Amino acid sequence: MSARAERGNGARRLSVEGDMTIYKALALKTRLLQALKGASQLEVDLSRVSEVDTAGVQLLLLLKREAMKSRKPLRLVGHSAATLDALDLFNLGAYFGDPVVIKRADRRGKSAEGSKK
Amino acid sequence: MNLEPARQAFIAESQELLVALEKALLALESSPEDKELLVAAFRSAHTIKGSAGVFGFEPVVDFTHLVEGVLERVRDGALKVNSDLIGLLLACCDHVSQLITQSEEEGKEIAEGTLATGRSLVERLKGHLAPAGAAAALAPLAQAAAPAVQEAQVEAVGGGRVVSDTWHISLRFGRDVLRNGMDPMSFIRYLATLGTTVSTITLSDAIPEAKHMDPESCYLGMEIEFRSDADKETIAGVFDFVRDDSVVHILPPHSRILEYIELIEKLPEDKKLLGELLVKSGALAQAELEEGLALQQQQAKQRAAGEHDAIGKILVEKGMVQPELVDAALEKQRINKESAAQEANFIRVRADKLDELITLVGELVIASAGVNLVAQRAAHGELVEAASTLARLVEEVRDGALKLRMVPIGETFSRFNRVARDLGRELGKDVELILSGTETELDKSMVEKISDPLMHLVRNALDHGIERPELRHERGKPGRGRLQLNAYHESGSIVIEVADDGEGLERRKIFARAVELGLAAPGQNPTDQEIHRFIMEPGFSTAEQVTNVSGRGIGMDVVRRNVEALRGSIDIDGAEGQGTIVAIRLPLTLAIIDGFAVGVGPAAYVLPLETVLECMELAGEERARVRESGYINLRNEVLPLLRLRDVFEVRGESAKRENIVVVQYGGQRAGFIVDALMGEFQTVIKPLGKLFERLSGISGSTILGTGEVALILDVQALVARAAGGKQRNMQRQSAEEHLSERK
Repeated sequence: MSARAERGNGARRLSVEGDMTIYKALALKTRLLQALKGASQLEVDLSRVSEVDTAGVQLLLLLKREAMKSRKPLRLVGHSAATLDALDLFNLGAYFGDPVVIKRADRRGKSAEGSKK
Repeated sequence: MNLEPARQAFIAESQELLVALEKALLALESSPEDKELLVAAFRSAHTIKGSAGVFGFEPVVDFTHLVEGVLERVRDGALKVNSDLIGLLLACCDHVSQLITQSEEEGKEIAEGTLATGRSLVERLKGHLAPAGAAAALAPLAQAAAPAVQEAQVEAVGGGRVVSDTWHISLRFGRDVLRNGMDPMSFIRYLATLGTTVSTITLSDAIPEAKHMDPESCYLGMEIEFRSDADKETIAGVFDFVRDDSVVHILPPHSRILEYIELIEKLPEDKKLLGELLVKSGALAQAELEEGLALQQQQAKQRAAGEHDAIGKILVEKGMVQPELVDAALEKQRINKESAAQEANFIRVRADKLDELITLVGELVIASAGVNLVAQRAAHGELVEAASTLARLVEEVRDGALKLRMVPIGETFSRFNRVARDLGRELGKDVELILSGTETELDKSMVEKISDPLMHLVRNALDHGIERPELRHERGKPGRGRLQLNAYHESGSIVIEVADDGEGLERRKIFARAVELGLAAPGQNPTDQEIHRFIMEPGFSTAEQVTNVSGRGIGMDVVRRNVEALRGSIDIDGAEGQGTIVAIRLPLTLAIIDGFAVGVGPAAYVLPLETVLECMELAGEERARVRESGYINLRNEVLPLLRLRDVFEVRGESAKRENIVVVQYGGQRAGFIVDALMGEFQTVIKPLGKLFERLSGISGSTILGTGEVALILDVQALVARAAGGKQRNMQRQSAEEHLSERK
């Protein structure tokens, strides 16, 4: 996992790369919370997340709650297939309330069909 | 995730559980009222089923489910324990064991024979289940707990059942679930393979303040609506791995509303919130929730009044959490604790590592003997002393290393409980199996090799030895036969006895059969020992009727061959009509012995020290006479002699002085005439090459400190030879006397 933050007019963008699993959970927690602390609004880019487990999902839940508490908007964007799958399994899509763009390639089963056309 | 190691562990564990189950069932037969035994049997069956489910051994799960159902009915008092039932359940044990062994080889079909056995067992099991099947098994319990009137009332209190046709699963994962390497996600995924997940609500309220939140702990909970045809066990089985530290509640479709209310009470979250959650997830309709809450209040009032509280509670609890699930969880915890305690006392070591160590110790023993020899030759005082200290320590290391492989024989013995029971019933005989000396230890490799011969002996004793009860009464014996397995140590060997109080050996019959087979001449008058030896000839059987247990004439000679392959011997004793004792005598270990070295010509030979009784010089004047007669008078006893120089055809002149080594084996004595006595010697037994395997009188070889090879004498064979020689000589003598009388 690597998390990069970019600054721009009070809003912060954080890109998470690699795994969001128990093995990275400690470091990830610090990164996420610090990013939120220093920003007026936070956008987390999940496009490069390759693997998510329950610990990862739990951290996203924590981040969302902290954001709501401090009334800062939190947006999760660019969900990778792994993150979509995990949020789906826990049925948390609605809780985070982020629009999810389903890319053709991300849709299992349909990708083959798509490439034929 | 690679499940292979876990599968292997499951298979090993299941076999252990089956042994436990069998043991409990056998004990249950003799004390049918023992609730604890029943519970133990039930738990074993349940755990097997649970873990088989996790690994997808469907045939095992389905079959064990029925077994469990029957056990459940026994527990609830709906079925009585009797021999037939135990017999059926024991057969089921065997079948499960078969199923597991056959599922072990992945992708392999289960043999048709096994399937057929399974089908017939299933039919028999179903006969013991309530008509409505296993699902109804709980009903009698509830009825037993509540008389009819109160039951009706509770039905009223409990209200209707919910409309929803889905399972409701409440999960609150334990804090350490993630740390223990389990990911709730994988359970949910697996659950999804059993049916359709209708709705999922994830609860994150338990996540503490950001500051205190440990990202490696799990704080999540879930409420799942799930549609599936699977039974409760299967669904509960999904969460087997987390059940210890997590809260798992599973409500079947159309459960009582009150059960949901109870569930709400049991969960840690706010009651009102949970109620809403359940409505939201589709488990409860709003009206149902309200009805339930009203009922709950009503109940609370009744509780205050002290009425019907217990019954209502019991019923709800029974209905809600199936007791066996709790039992299983408790049992799991107990086992975990126990095995933790055992692990502290035992280390599991691979057998081949131990073998390697023992081989090394063997080499060390040889090397140490070499050092000793060099020290003595050098006549260097300090060196000799150091070498002897070394030798003493090496000896201790050797003993210690060999002890590592020693295991008590009790485990092997207790296997025969089942054999005695099953065979006894099959043959219509009542047999009590008595085990003694179970703590007697012997080498692990010996234990494995001796259990087959023992099985033969036990079956023989049951079939030929012990009579039917009627016959026993006629003969003035108690109706219940005794079969005793006993073990003890005796002069460096272990003796295992199989004794019965049955018919004993009929001398006449055996002799007649021996004559028939051409083993003896009709007019002969054989000794008891000879009679007993006939039994062990190939193809010898006096059984009038060949049963499927024994009597086919293979058996005793196989036993004898197996025992002899272990450098052991077998003796039969007993009196006609009173019983038979078969004693197997085995060396304690196959690797290293204390030896006694003797010299014949230029070569050295080694005898096991335990067999040596005494040594003496063969006085010059007796030598000629001894060579003629083949025995001496030792303190008024005839001692047959064997001249090793002749036996091994050592060429050259005999030494100026000769010595006699008096040895004993299995009650027989003999004297070996040798040239020189070389003294005690730690002997590492090396097997002989293939070429020499059939050599009589030699059982192995060893390496002396000098690096020379010495042969190890097979004392048993040589003693037998000496005794035979003695008899021949005496016969010849008496024949000569006879002739001279006639002259």
